[in-house]
Amino acid sequence: MSIEKVKRILVSHGRLSSPVDELEEDSDLYNAGLTSLATVGLMLALEEEFDVEFPDSMLSRKTFASIESIVDAIEELNG
Amino acid sequence: MDDAKFNDLIRKIRQIGKEIIEPNAKDVDKKARFPYESIDALKKLKLLSAYVPVTDGGMGLNVIQIAKICEVLGHYCGSTAMIYSMHKIQVACVVNHCENSSFFKSYIQKLVTEQRVMASATTEIGISGDLRSSICAVEEDGITFDLVKKAPVISYGADADDLMLTARRTPDAAKSDQVHVLVTKDQYKLEQISKWDSLGFRGTCSSGFVVNIKEAPTEQILPVPFANILSQSMHPFAHITWSALWSGISADAVNKARLYVRNEAKKALEHPPISAIRLGEVDNMLQLMRSNIESLAKEYQKMLEVNDENAFSNFGFGIRVNNLKVSSSQQMVDIVGRAMLICGIQSYLNESKFTLTRHIRDAYGAGLMVNNDRILQHNSTLLIMHKEEK
Repeated sequence: MSIEKVKRILVSHGRLSSPVDELEEDSDLYNAGLTSLATVGLMLALEEEFDVEFPDSMLSRKTFASIESIVDAIEELNG
Repeated sequence: MDDAKFNDLIRKIRQIGKEIIEPNAKDVDKKARFPYESIDALKKLKLLSAYVPVTDGGMGLNVIQIAKICEVLGHYCGSTAMIYSMHKIQVACVVNHCENSSFFKSYIQKLVTEQRVMASATTEIGISGDLRSSICAVEEDGITFDLVKKAPVISYGADADDLMLTARRTPDAAKSDQVHVLVTKDQYKLEQISKWDSLGFRGTCSSGFVVNIKEAPTEQILPVPFANILSQSMHPFAHITWSALWSGISADAVNKARLYVRNEAKKALEHPPISAIRLGEVDNMLQLMRSNIESLAKEYQKMLEVNDENAFSNFGFGIRVNNLKVSSSQQMVDIVGRAMLICGIQSYLNESKFTLTRHIRDAYGAGLMVNNDRILQHNSTLLIMHKEEK
């Protein structure tokens, strides 16, 4: 469930150079063209969609590095 | 290295600073030439491999100690200090990320015995200074690779023994999907495309080149994505050691100001010169600059010891590293400028005991190499996400 939502948000906010559908869950999003500016938009959209707030400790490249790591982070935040 | 041995090393560096680096600094600056004498003197002290662990034949110095060396060199010649710092950034990239590679293991041995000078080509014509983008791409056949890169700047490119470059992983890869490669002089050809006749840091000889690499073994591609190397090594190491050497240039200017005020005070001790107040002010600024560098160097050293990959990629750390570079480069201009006010017109002359003309020209370069505005723009983006814990 989360995966599909995350993918949808990536399509609208990730500004990736490769189609989201072609990415594996552990594909490196930065290598797929995710920039720091796009990361901001992605994070804001994720916070709104899932009604969570990323703490400083999770605000790192690693958190946004793949679909899998984003889903893990959201699940952790939702407890 | 323990404190006593390190202090002894610093004493030796000050000696070559006084006897070799400083006496050649003016000629290096005037002719915009590579500081051969200074770099040879550093090689004799085996300083080009100072960051290599003791077990691999180096001195095993940590980033705090390397920064101290950069600061000391900054007192004698800004260009020599910049070259040493930039070389050391490359060494750190290899030492920190290639321990499991047999090619890089043997390369480190060569670095130790031959004291090779390593240069870097990260920027590229057409990417507007964004290190995390490449246009050029590695073309490999599984055994060797070719690469052509148009670099607007390669500091001491013509005088280096080896070169580290960034490029896209494959011709089909996204511009941010980058690898880092190391090639030796016999594996590449340089075609100079621009001349380095600059205001300051003239001895860094940072001309532009097209680099043409033919049939270099693929084992020379670093085993870790460039994104990791940048956040864990290149970015913090560069801004800490650059800031440290800039603090050395600034401290040398403050020393001249101190000497000037002292001479004035000697003439009439009962009426201290008005410039003494300015000296108090500028000394305070230098202390702030040093504290800022020391604080981040300690934080980074601790992170290296703990080796938590996630900590390096934390946006807050990236912001602090950027802040250090922006503030140090501005503080240097401010401090040298104030030292000039203290020394007066004597500092404005090229031939004078109190000359600060090279210092002020060097100082204005710091905000432009990796442009401060670009860094602040990047920070402002990251700051939309980052927040301080309560």
